Amino acid sequence: MSVLNWIDQRFPATKVWNEHLAEYYAPKNFNFWYFFGSLALLVLINQIVTGVWLAMAYKPSAAEAFASVEYIMRDMEYGWLIRYLHSTGASAFFIVVYLHMFRGLIYGSYRKPRELVWIIGLVIYLIMMATAFFGYLLPWGQMSYWGAQVIVNLFAAVPFVGEDLSVWIRGDYVISDATLNRFFALHFLLPFVLVALIFVHIVALHKVGSNNPDGIEIKQNKDERGIPKDGIRFHPYYTVKDTLGVGVFLIFFTAVVFFWPDLGGLFLEAPNFEPANPLKTPEHIAPVWYFTPFYAMLRAIPPMFGSQFPGVLVMFASILILFALPWLDRSPVKSIRYKGGIFKLAIVVFAVSFVILGYLGMIPSTRMILGLEASLWAQIFTGLYFLFFILMPWYSGLSQAQPVPERVTT
Amino acid sequence: MSQKQLMNRLFACATAALCYLLPATAYPAGGSTVPLLDAQVNLNNQVAIQRGARYFVNYCMGCHAAEYVRYQLLENTGLTAQQIKDNLIFDGGKVSDLMKTALPQQDAITWFSGPVPDLTLTARIRGGADWIYTYLKGFYADPARPLGTNNTLYPNVGMPNVLWALEGIKTPVYRYQVRHQGALVREFADEPAALAYVQQQGAGYKLEKVVDHLVTTQPGTLSEAEFDQVARDISAFLGYIAEPMKQERQQLGWWVLLFLSVFSALAYFMKKAWWEDIH
Repeated sequence: MSVLNWIDQRFPATKVWNEHLAEYYAPKNFNFWYFFGSLALLVLINQIVTGVWLAMAYKPSAAEAFASVEYIMRDMEYGWLIRYLHSTGASAFFIVVYLHMFRGLIYGSYRKPRELVWIIGLVIYLIMMATAFFGYLLPWGQMSYWGAQVIVNLFAAVPFVGEDLSVWIRGDYVISDATLNRFFALHFLLPFVLVALIFVHIVALHKVGSNNPDGIEIKQNKDERGIPKDGIRFHPYYTVKDTLGVGVFLIFFTAVVFFWPDLGGLFLEAPNFEPANPLKTPEHIAPVWYFTPFYAMLRAIPPMFGSQFPGVLVMFASILILFALPWLDRSPVKSIRYKGGIFKLAIVVFAVSFVILGYLGMIPSTRMILGLEASLWAQIFTGLYFLFFILMPWYSGLSQAQPVPERVTT
Repeated sequence: MSQKQLMNRLFACATAALCYLLPATAYPAGGSTVPLLDAQVNLNNQVAIQRGARYFVNYCMGCHAAEYVRYQLLENTGLTAQQIKDNLIFDGGKVSDLMKTALPQQDAITWFSGPVPDLTLTARIRGGADWIYTYLKGFYADPARPLGTNNTLYPNVGMPNVLWALEGIKTPVYRYQVRHQGALVREFADEPAALAYVQQQGAGYKLEKVVDHLVTTQPGTLSEAEFDQVARDISAFLGYIAEPMKQERQQLGWWVLLFLSVFSALAYFMKKAWWEDIH
């Protein structure tokens, strides 16, 4: 123990261990939804480790990028495995983060005193989207190229400065070698920004303590030693529980990696096996599935005054409105378990709208569904998406909430 | 509705939405509506892949490359380096060379009005080897095209039928569709009757000529069954090189899943043991 003493006198190793693991008291009633925070961290580590190994063989130049990816797939020892872990990891990251965010939504984890935990989480989500966008250009396939073209052109729709802004982002008048090179630099940098932000996310969380499926504050019920009666030590209780979560998650994750890495075109799009060709526009351009809900909202808004800018605004607003959530919800209770029927219905409508928008973003906007054009459906569900937030101060205030128990239930 | 019921319902919604998504995103085969033929590719059939490699270097590589593939990849199908060198490499190169074509891209653009695509990943771009098999069997004589051939799967393709000496020449038998505002009104087997019908109906009716089936009008050196086998072998080879690690990936996958199942079972019992005192 003398070594540890020596360290403790110079660095608070034992103190940090106790404060954040061994003596961090978490509510004992975490359910299935509480696996996704630790899983998001696991997937981020997977992305960083496999990403660094990919970067050892990847060439960020328009002339060599596509061939270097095929070199990794064919000639590098287990390069195919590292690449599939990375490409599947990108989608898995969004799946676990969407579930993690939805958990926060249903149990009111964004409510006072956890507003900053929620807001830092949203910044993490924004940086994650930027990282994914930059990374998707790197294989330099047809969908990489044209997807980036579409997204960068969004910035060109900004009034007055749009054209200059898009040239500044690309470093060129078209997506080119210069764009690829800078996207690679940013794709390598941002994951480390994510690590720093996740550190801040956890520090903020441990200041206020974890929420739980009942949405009650366990710190209001302490025993004589000052320990929450419904709290259990994070380590070992939740470390062993999360180990089980990791095992089950990895079964699903590796099943995709080893048996269905392109997931029928959802995780790896078929046109991306064709090298980028600036002279040949693909028949149908769609971003990867995790961006399609926002893409659907973008396309749902028709051009106004000859400009696509309103659609761009709506798309960015759809994410920015999440920042206001802690102040929109005026319900007297946090958890959906004790909220009124209207709130429950609103959350279901919101979740369904998001999934349907995700589907609508993948298909051509002129396709007919049940007699209506896909773009009209997208308008309807974009409306529902925003109504969930805009009407929340009103419907959350309607007091039909059920009584909240004193102590957590199991 | 209880918490549990609500969650179950949310899950059911999410699962239903996912199931709905998956088939919709399958990649269309070059925008054509021709049904794909089954190439019956079996990646365990090494001899078929070897034969496909032979046809590929003899018939395809004059124009097409497979430039992400090294010749030595075929050692995985049971050939020795010497066999590969003696039978598949014509330019005196090494087995570690990439399978590049001798055709300069500039010439390709002049001759075929566009660059000749690399074939390494065609099976992945087209969603499988069946597309290649259907394409190879889809050539027919069409005097209206600059090189005299057309293709049922890939209409107006720039490539001529390079396998014509083996397959022979096929001519199409057309059927004539009368359409009004895009919708099919009537179908005819012969052109004059269809034309008469269109004239009788008046404005807005259009005649469209589509290939009904192909008839061999000049036999090649192979029988139809033999040619089908050639097309299958080429499809097998192109299917194999599109993802040569596919079999290794799946074999390794079973071991990984086995390990993770044992790991998860142990983790489950460990969690249970630790949580015994939590109520």
